[in-house]
Amino acid sequence: MSTRERILADVLKNQPSASPLPDMSAFKGGNQDVVATYCEVFTGIGGKAFRVKSFAEIKHRIAEQFDTAQRIITSLPELSDSFERLSIDIDPHTFDDVDVAVIEAELAVAENGAVWLPEQRMGQRIVPYICQHLAVVIPAERIVPTLHEAYAKIGAGDYGFAAFIGGPSKTADIEQALVLGAHGPISMSVFVLGQGTTPNSVASY
Amino acid sequence: MEKVEKDHAALAEEFIKDEERVDWHDGALWWIRQKRDMAAKNIPEWEALREAASQIKNNVLSNLHDYLLEFEANVTKNGIKVHWAADAEEHNAIVYSILKEKGIEQMVKSKSMLTEECHLNEYLIERGIDVINSDLGEYIQQLDNEPPSHIVLPCIHKRKEEIGEIFHEHLGTEKGVSDPTTLTRFARRHLRNVFVTRRAALTGVNFAVAETGEYVVCTNEGNADMGAHLSEVQIASMGIEKIIPQKKHLGIFLRLLARSATGQPITIYSSHFKKPRKGQEMHLILVDMGRSRQLGRPDFRDSLKCIRCGSCMNTCPVYRKSGGLSYHNTVAGPIGAILAPNLDMRKHADLPFASTLCGSCSNVCPVKINIHEQLYKWRQVIVQEGYAANTKVLGIKAMAWTLSSPTSYSTIGKAGRWVLNNIPFAVNNKFNPWYRQRDMPDSPKESFGEWYAKHGKDEVK
Repeated sequence: MSTRERILADVLKNQPSASPLPDMSAFKGGNQDVVATYCEVFTGIGGKAFRVKSFAEIKHRIAEQFDTAQRIITSLPELSDSFERLSIDIDPHTFDDVDVAVIEAELAVAENGAVWLPEQRMGQRIVPYICQHLAVVIPAERIVPTLHEAYAKIGAGDYGFAAFIGGPSKTADIEQALVLGAHGPISMSVFVLGQGTTPNSVASY
Repeated sequence: MEKVEKDHAALAEEFIKDEERVDWHDGALWWIRQKRDMAAKNIPEWEALREAASQIKNNVLSNLHDYLLEFEANVTKNGIKVHWAADAEEHNAIVYSILKEKGIEQMVKSKSMLTEECHLNEYLIERGIDVINSDLGEYIQQLDNEPPSHIVLPCIHKRKEEIGEIFHEHLGTEKGVSDPTTLTRFARRHLRNVFVTRRAALTGVNFAVAETGEYVVCTNEGNADMGAHLSEVQIASMGIEKIIPQKKHLGIFLRLLARSATGQPITIYSSHFKKPRKGQEMHLILVDMGRSRQLGRPDFRDSLKCIRCGSCMNTCPVYRKSGGLSYHNTVAGPIGAILAPNLDMRKHADLPFASTLCGSCSNVCPVKINIHEQLYKWRQVIVQEGYAANTKVLGIKAMAWTLSSPTSYSTIGKAGRWVLNNIPFAVNNKFNPWYRQRDMPDSPKESFGEWYAKHGKDEVK
């Protein structure tokens, strides 16, 4: 008998009698102002939230916050006149010197501040982790109250990799002292794009 | 199996010698418990979430065989190679063979308690493969040649000056530097170089979704992703109990996990791995390591519901004051004490006794494991199977006889009071461990029974 067969046989022999799955229909968010909640929670976990009206404003904010002489990459066509359009074909190691990466999220969750990023929106999987500073654009109408609404929208999802990212990389491993920027980005900014300015196309990969 | 030379009590005694450290450790963990409480109170449906999580896990255990088959089929369809391992030896050999086939001699690893349980690092290092733990706390523990003392906070028992000294000795930082930000920045630069040069990365698994064949890895540092997305070979190791049925169940577990662990609303990174990226190879190892046996113990199978948040450790008065290393097991604290006897009852016979049975662990557990009841039940099994320490067995036998009849109870009570009042040195001496850290109150002259015999009939109507 192979290991696989033996483990499966032991599990089958030892598992208890059937126990039903719970009804999850009661789990959902309230009627709060999801944009305000999102910004408050995200700020609370060490991120910077900006409510903006246009991509021009986003460009302006990025130039204001970061050193534009450093390498700034983006997967957004709306920003590729100002920043380097990231390539999906090059070796991921070549992103090691990226200072700022600007990408767009598919969803954001008000109650925990996280944004949902399938790999198509990252450009490459390593991008939101390897940059020194991460900037994410989220159209306001794509903010949902809780993870339950988020997973309902995500469904099966057509991705090979995706992640919730909620704030700059952090550690408190040394004496519980909070340090932002463990291995991933030292800072994370989110630009909440007001209604009526939603891009009609995002990265067309 | 390696021989354990000291039990929990003896190891704890070493830890508590440094009173200032114990007070700090106790306070730091209690603060994390308080942060957990604040986070939980922000969610009105918190208790309903715990109940749902518990029911989902009950369902998983009751249908694990079919879920494993469903998960395996979907993972395979997604282009990830599935391996099965019965024990540590088999798991480690699989990892080694994957690396050897690719001619890889260096690997980076993110946090995985399972590979700690398997002693994977030692196994690979003996075979000429260099392994670096990339979680900062685990990296510090690896440099210091110690196992993690807490599943979420691996070096919580160390002071920053000690960590500064370790960095000075192993990494060449300036002597005397102990500022957490400075040390973290130094490790960041050092490990960045590791991430970009390693061809293989291994991660643990927090949740594995049967329905879609994807698995989720939760970190705050981003170390699992830095390793995985730069590697050409990615390996994930998981215990077979990490399965959840459907993707929507992640909504429940991800709402509970970080709030229970550290009071955060969600871990910074919740990475969903489904398919290899172009040019990459992915492997997933399903490990039994005693889990199917634990599944067959009705009193203890609920321990397999654990999602490794560490909240039972943070709240435990014994853990907070004795330190994780005194449990001499990969998973310390209350949950470790109910998991460990299944793996090796003789070696871990002391652990279920390292508890006050106060029940705080069960109260904070996000999947509602009855941890303190299982601790109590393990004590009974361990004594019955003959694994309890002799002094403990004698003590329990003496107590059983004392409580067996009113006569013996009153005789022993009388004798005890006489000894305490007349010759206290007979019990309060260096040979009696009970007195080592305790002062006893004065013994009353008579028992309640004796007092009642004199006064009861007249004074109580």
